Amino acid sequence: MGLLIELTYLAASILFILGLKGLSHPETARRGMIYAEVGMLLAIVGTLVHKDIVRYEWIIAGLIIGSIIGGAISIWVPMTAMPQRTALSHAFGALAASLVGVSEYYRHNSVELGTFKMTALSLEVLLGGITVTGSLMAFIKLQDWIRGTPITYRGQNIFNMSLFAVTVGVFGYLIYDPSAHSLFYAMAGLAFLFGVLLVLPIGAADMPVVMSLMNSYAGLAAAATGFAISNNVLIIAGTLDGFSGFILSILMCRAMNRSITNVLFGAFGAEVEASSAGTLGSMREVRAEDVAVQLAYANQVIFVPGYGMATAQAQHAVRELANILEARGVTVKYAIHPVAGRMPGHMNVLLAEANVPYSSLYDLEQINAEFPATDVAVVIGANDVVNPDARDNPKSPIAGMPILEVDKSRWVVVLKRGKGKGFAGIENPLFFKPNCGMLYGDAKASLIKLADSVQHA
Amino acid sequence: MNTEVIIAGLYVFALAAFLGYQVISRVPPLLHTPLMSATNAISGISLVGSLVTAGAHYNTLSTWLGFIAVTASTINVVGGFMITDRMLRMFKRQPAVSASRKDSTEEQERA
Repeated sequence: MGLLIELTYLAASILFILGLKGLSHPETARRGMIYAEVGMLLAIVGTLVHKDIVRYEWIIAGLIIGSIIGGAISIWVPMTAMPQRTALSHAFGALAASLVGVSEYYRHNSVELGTFKMTALSLEVLLGGITVTGSLMAFIKLQDWIRGTPITYRGQNIFNMSLFAVTVGVFGYLIYDPSAHSLFYAMAGLAFLFGVLLVLPIGAADMPVVMSLMNSYAGLAAAATGFAISNNVLIIAGTLDGFSGFILSILMCRAMNRSITNVLFGAFGAEVEASSAGTLGSMREVRAEDVAVQLAYANQVIFVPGYGMATAQAQHAVRELANILEARGVTVKYAIHPVAGRMPGHMNVLLAEANVPYSSLYDLEQINAEFPATDVAVVIGANDVVNPDARDNPKSPIAGMPILEVDKSRWVVVLKRGKGKGFAGIENPLFFKPNCGMLYGDAKASLIKLADSVQHA
Repeated sequence: MNTEVIIAGLYVFALAAFLGYQVISRVPPLLHTPLMSATNAISGISLVGSLVTAGAHYNTLSTWLGFIAVTASTINVVGGFMITDRMLRMFKRQPAVSASRKDSTEEQERA
């Protein structure tokens, strides 16, 4: 029987890897996910015949309740809320890992645990705890239940660092002396507290990095569970998740030209500096009708979506406008910055939802050469990712961040809710350039108006 | 736990890390959101550990913790895979010829 279980785990591991391999192309992605689902099913069925399992009522109850909640969320959550859903899901996954860890510690005589198993268990509870509360904090911020700007106080970094040092100290002591029960539970509590404090000073626009990190921690917690209960499929699946999150965090940081340390402890966007708008000239407001004429007679138009498109639920309106333009023979492309939105790939999913073919979605590297040959670049609720200061002004807080060079196109139209600054709280010289016009108002309403005017142009 | 089991575990970890790096760095930015929800669903494999904890009847507390863990990781697995599929279904290569497009062509002809 034990061999049979191990074989299902082996098959599951192979299917998981094949599943992720499928994600290298949209054509093969869905088939890959079917492999991964079959793998998961095999692992679950295999586990149900485990010799330790004597009663099934709690298992069945958990499976049913979990399936109903998980299924309901995934059917009804709007695509714009994908970052929140993913954050919540990280929290659930990490909660399971920490609870298994606590249970394993509780039921074993601490002497029989041994150093290695104790290390794995503590690591599991530590990473799991941080991920549970860290992801919940991210969820609350993304859901706008608390403000998205960094929440800071004096001595925050020193306090967090000390707390972390204490937690690591407790972790070390537990490995030395696993019988210190109260310390184990204290460490779990500290991990939960640290998760909250870690995400508190991180602004909403830095969430892509936080999401990736939590993705990574949740995976590593699962891998630690695998070490604790000597289960290879847990180690493999957890490690795959851990590394995926790790790679994504690096990509996100690179797309902002900032280090992970800076993202986590920099409280970016906290202080709004004194405005230097006076020296930049004035912004020019444009009318939808005038923009529509430019769009209607353009050869190439590039849409640059940002988080503002998601908040306004404007992805379908973008697609409608693009349809009308394409019917007039205008070439329409979409430029996606890696950190546009609140999680990696956020904009791609929204545009795919609005039926935009993925062959029209372009990465930063692919599209930047195209802007000089573009008649109109339409910026929809994006700000910092198109700020030319990142390229031109070495003193700018976002200096060196790779940007979409919309200012090189003939005309730029910025759809913006109001005259406020971007998340980073820095002035955007793009808005003051002579080839840039501002179209204020709700992005969705503006786009519908544009589509209407183009039809009559 | 004996040394052999520990070393075997570390081998598995190291090889999975290497393989994971190779496989995941090939995923295009286009699919980064589905990637995150897929890996999240896969890491719901901690369900395997939760199942044993919930069904083994080690003690009442463990059973309860196991029950909550089974529920939480099932949410993760079921929700994760379903939403990944929902997203991937939306990615299409060819633009669908929609009604609005035909309408606008006609409009253009009239103009």
